[in-house]
Amino acid sequence: MVETPTIKISIRNFSIHFGDTTALKGLNLDIHRNEIFTIIGPANSGKSSLLQSLNRLNDLNPVYKKTGTILIDNQDIDTIDVESLRTRVSIVFALPFPLPLSIFDNIAYGPRMHGIKNKSKLTEIVEKGLREAYLWDEVKDRLDSPAMNLSGGQQQRLCIARILAVEPEIIMFDEPTSGLDPISTARVEETLRILKERYTIILVTNNVAQAARVGDRTAFLLMGELIELNETKRLFTMAQDKRTDDYLTGKFG
Amino acid sequence: MDIRTRIRKIREFIIERMIFLSAILSIIIVALIFAFLLKEGLSIFWRVPLSDFLFARNWYPISEPPQFGILPLILGSILVTAGAGIISIPIGIASALFIAEIAPRKTKEVMKAGIELLAAIPSVVIGFIGMITLGPLIKTIFNLPTGLTALSGSITLAFMAMPTIVSIAEDAITAVPRQYREAAIAMGATKWQTTWRIVAYAARPGMLAAVMLGIGRVIGETMAVMMVTGNAALIPHSFLQPVRTLTATVAAEMGETVQGGEHYAALFAIGIVLFIITFLINGAADIYLNKTKK
Repeated sequence: MVETPTIKISIRNFSIHFGDTTALKGLNLDIHRNEIFTIIGPANSGKSSLLQSLNRLNDLNPVYKKTGTILIDNQDIDTIDVESLRTRVSIVFALPFPLPLSIFDNIAYGPRMHGIKNKSKLTEIVEKGLREAYLWDEVKDRLDSPAMNLSGGQQQRLCIARILAVEPEIIMFDEPTSGLDPISTARVEETLRILKERYTIILVTNNVAQAARVGDRTAFLLMGELIELNETKRLFTMAQDKRTDDYLTGKFG
Repeated sequence: MDIRTRIRKIREFIIERMIFLSAILSIIIVALIFAFLLKEGLSIFWRVPLSDFLFARNWYPISEPPQFGILPLILGSILVTAGAGIISIPIGIASALFIAEIAPRKTKEVMKAGIELLAAIPSVVIGFIGMITLGPLIKTIFNLPTGLTALSGSITLAFMAMPTIVSIAEDAITAVPRQYREAAIAMGATKWQTTWRIVAYAARPGMLAAVMLGIGRVIGETMAVMMVTGNAALIPHSFLQPVRTLTATVAAEMGETVQGGEHYAALFAIGIVLFIITFLINGAADIYLNKTKK
C-alpha cells in the first residue's frame, strides 16, 4: 500500500550567498506534505540558512543573495506576500523565547495581530494551540502567569503553541531541543510526531539520533551541498555515500 | 603571615575603603545639601504656615507686609513643564523608535550625534534663541502684547528635554532582545506591528523612565526658562500668558535678599519644594529603570 506523496515544497537549483561566502550550492529537493523532513549536517552546512530562506527571514539580511526558486504548493515564494508567507511557513528557534507576556497573551499574540479580537474565539485558539503542543494540562490553571516562569521544555512547547495559533501549513524546527534536557526533548519529539498528521514539518538537528528517531526522510548536507537524501531508515542503515556514513558514525562533524 | 601577604592585605583594605568613600561621597553631599536647604528654609514656616506658603495666591516678597504664596509659581512650573512634556514626549519617543528600529546605520549615527549635540548646547544659548526668535514669532502669530509666555517656555524646554528622552528611550529599545523581534516577524508580523506591539511594549518601563528623567530636567531648568517665560508671578489662565516658575524665582531674587531674612528663607523653602519634586520624579524613574533590567 504505497501512496504517492503530495509535494508541498519544491526547491529548485537553489543557492544562497552571504556576501562572498556561499552557504548553499544548487540545492534540489522536494518536501512532502505531512512528513517530518529532517536535515542533518555539521556546522556551516547551510541547514539554518535554508530554513531562513523558506520563510524569507533571510531577506532581512542586507548581504543575502539567492538564485534559484522555492515553490510552495507550486507557487513561487517570491510572489507570495511576505507576511502571509511567514504565517504559512512558521519557524521554531533553537532557544525558546517567550514574549514578555502571560502564557495566554503569548499564544493570543499572533491571532490578535492578524485581527482576531473576540475574546471567546481567542480563548478557543489558545486552548487548541496548547493542547496540540501538549502543554495544556501543565498550564491550564495559570494561563495568566508570565510565560517566563515556565521551564525550558515548557517554553519551547509554548513557542510551538504560539506558532500553531496562527495556523501555519509548514513548521520548521531549527534545532528545537539543543537547549533542553532529555525528558523535555522526548516531549518535544512526541509533539512533532503528532503534529505531522496535520502539518508539514522540517526539522533541522545536530542530533543525529534525533533524526533517526523522528524523521520520515532525512537529508544530509555538507558545506552547502546535498550529499544524500533518503528515507531515514535507509539513510541510517545503508548510506550510499561514504561521507554520510562517516558523519553518522561520528567520524567527523 | 609573612610580610608580603600582610602588605597586600593592607593595600587591599586601603583601596577598598577609598572606593567606598568615593561612592558614599555623593550621598553625603546630597544629604548635606538637603540639610542646608532645611536649615535655611524652614524658618519661613514660623511666620507663614505651610498651607499658606503652598496655596496662597500672591507672591509679593518685597511689599509691606510681604506675602509669600508660591501657588502662582508652582502653577507656572507645572504649566511650562506640562507643555514641554506634551511637545517633547511624542516627538522624543517617535525619534527614539526611528533611530533604534528604522533608521539605516548611517542616518542613525548622524541623528545620534545630532541629539548629543543638542544636549550639549548651554541652556543660556537655548534661552537666548527662544527669546530672540521664538518670542517675537509667538507674539505675531497669536497677536499678543508679549511673546514671552508659558508657550514659549514650553517649546524651549521641550528642546532641552528631548535629548534625555531620546537617548534613554533609544537605549531601552535597543536593549530589547533580538529574539522578540525574530519571533514576531516569524509569525508574520509586519515591521510596524513588531516595533509597536513587541519592541515598544517590552521597552515600556525604560521609555517611561526616559520621559521622567526628561521631565525632571525640565522642572529643574532655570536659565532658559527665566529668559523666555516673561516672569510674571501671576496665576496663569492659559499658555499665552507670561508665567514665572519656581526655579526662575529663586535665581532672579536671590541676589536681592538679606541673608537670613524672611525673603531669603522663603527662597530656600522654594528650593526644598523643588528638591522634593525632582527627588520624587527621579525616584519613580529609577524604579522603572530597575524594572526594565529584571
